[in-house]
Amino acid sequence: MYDVKEIRKQFPMLNSDIKMQNKPLVFLDNCSTTFKPQRVIDAMNNYYYRFNSNSHRGDYDLSYQVDVMIEEARKEVASLVNADTNEVVFTDGATGALNLVAYGYGLKYLKKGDEIILSVAEHASNVLPWFRIADLTGAVIKYMDIEDGKLLAKNLKRVITKNTKIVSLAHVGNVLGYVADVKEFAKIAHENCAIMVVDGAQSVPHLKTDFKDLGIDFLAFSAHKMCGPTGVGALVGKYELLKDMDPFVTGGGMNSIFKKDGSVDYRLPPYKFEAGTLNIAGILGFGEAVKFIKEIGVDNIHQHDQELIDYAIEKLKDYDNIIIYNKDARNGILTFNIKGVFPQDESTLLNYKGIAIRSGEHCAKLLDNYLDTKATCRMSTYLYTDKKDIDTFIDAIINGGDILDAYFN
Amino acid sequence: MPTLTNDMMRSIIMDHYSDPQNKHQPPHDGYEKVHMHSDNCIDDLDIFLLVKDNIIDDACFDGTACTISTSSTDIMCDLLRGKEISKGRKIIDAFHHMMREEEFDESLLDEAIVFINTSKQAARIRCATIGWNAAEEILKGK
Repeated sequence: MYDVKEIRKQFPMLNSDIKMQNKPLVFLDNCSTTFKPQRVIDAMNNYYYRFNSNSHRGDYDLSYQVDVMIEEARKEVASLVNADTNEVVFTDGATGALNLVAYGYGLKYLKKGDEIILSVAEHASNVLPWFRIADLTGAVIKYMDIEDGKLLAKNLKRVITKNTKIVSLAHVGNVLGYVADVKEFAKIAHENCAIMVVDGAQSVPHLKTDFKDLGIDFLAFSAHKMCGPTGVGALVGKYELLKDMDPFVTGGGMNSIFKKDGSVDYRLPPYKFEAGTLNIAGILGFGEAVKFIKEIGVDNIHQHDQELIDYAIEKLKDYDNIIIYNKDARNGILTFNIKGVFPQDESTLLNYKGIAIRSGEHCAKLLDNYLDTKATCRMSTYLYTDKKDIDTFIDAIINGGDILDAYFN
Repeated sequence: MPTLTNDMMRSIIMDHYSDPQNKHQPPHDGYEKVHMHSDNCIDDLDIFLLVKDNIIDDACFDGTACTISTSSTDIMCDLLRGKEISKGRKIIDAFHHMMREEEFDESLLDEAIVFINTSKQAARIRCATIGWNAAEEILKGK
């Protein structure tokens, strides 16, 4: 394991006098985004201070160096998820990555009557692109059931047919935090000649995710949920599929030649999908963030998340008025409600106490029927969260006081 | 209106939340409806106004709503009922001014003054104003 105290020293957000409602900030909304260590901020600044030039464009040293740095970042990202370097496409995040698969692959290959399988627990970014593709192609969306909050192979088998062309599911759900057996799901998808797309936004930062071992076809994730910058992420895809896929955005940097007659030769993947000037500082920050979490060890991060959630659940177990929806998920996500209190009122009270959590539907708007509640509170940890943060949180929800304290104290 | 203590304001909010008299479907046809849905809260409300001969004859609302939006919308319905449209607009304007911590005419707001602290919790201004925005929408162009 690692020394959380030492790790915390590297984060400016954890070492300042930042206050929320005049109280020290306790950040427990790490599913939404994470803090950045100084070295990630430095890596981004370093580009603007010392290497500011465009990639793939210049015949001069500065530009060449930037190309080299981008490719180093790509190598880091590839090694984090055990993919080949040319299988990593930089996008503007997991949302951009899922849209790229939907439009680049789905729009090209789906036809009327083909099926796309999702679950009701999916984040909007793994639902709405497929809605669009279904609209445009006449394909049909089907949902696999969830059982006790979990996605189970038997329920995928129940819904998959020979018409299924795409199965697209989250590796770790963003509301309940259960890990799906996407390796098994990929096998089932492939037996039915479908491809397996995985939303890794909540798994790659917290859980060892081995693209090759899982046997999946596409994996989407964001940098900002793993101590990297916002506005950058990756789509990892099997190279053969990337070669067949159409580009979603076209423009400079992704073509080799185009003529007046409309003919165009695109570059090979991953460059075919990286049109225009990239978010270079973001990519370099992403690369540094990946180095950082590899040094700590993703397995260690996972263990740390689990310990914190176990600790919180143990402390809360005797309070009958606190409903926990995902007791055995242990993935850095605790989803709860307090009986008789609207989740948004609870999060406002916690805000008043300086604690940041998320309340609402967490962008998974199809899930409410299953949970029998329209909205929930979600507390989520990351590698720098410590027991003191959890203690402050627990004290606040147990001795919450009146929800109107936030307005009148 | 006498000056309200914090405790009085809290109990007014809680009363209108726990027993909102105006939270129901319209009793008959003729009401105009605006649906409001919040991006960042649970609020998913229909607001109904019955407007006849330049008078807001009745106001009610229904749907799912948090403490702040339920209470605020319930108080608004009481305030708007029986007012001329132009007076209704003035009341709504005063409420918006209060939310933005700008000068406003306190005498127009009556019980709605209990939301004066909403700006302390900026993320909840949307909840406090959701019903008011709907009523404003219905009165627009009248």
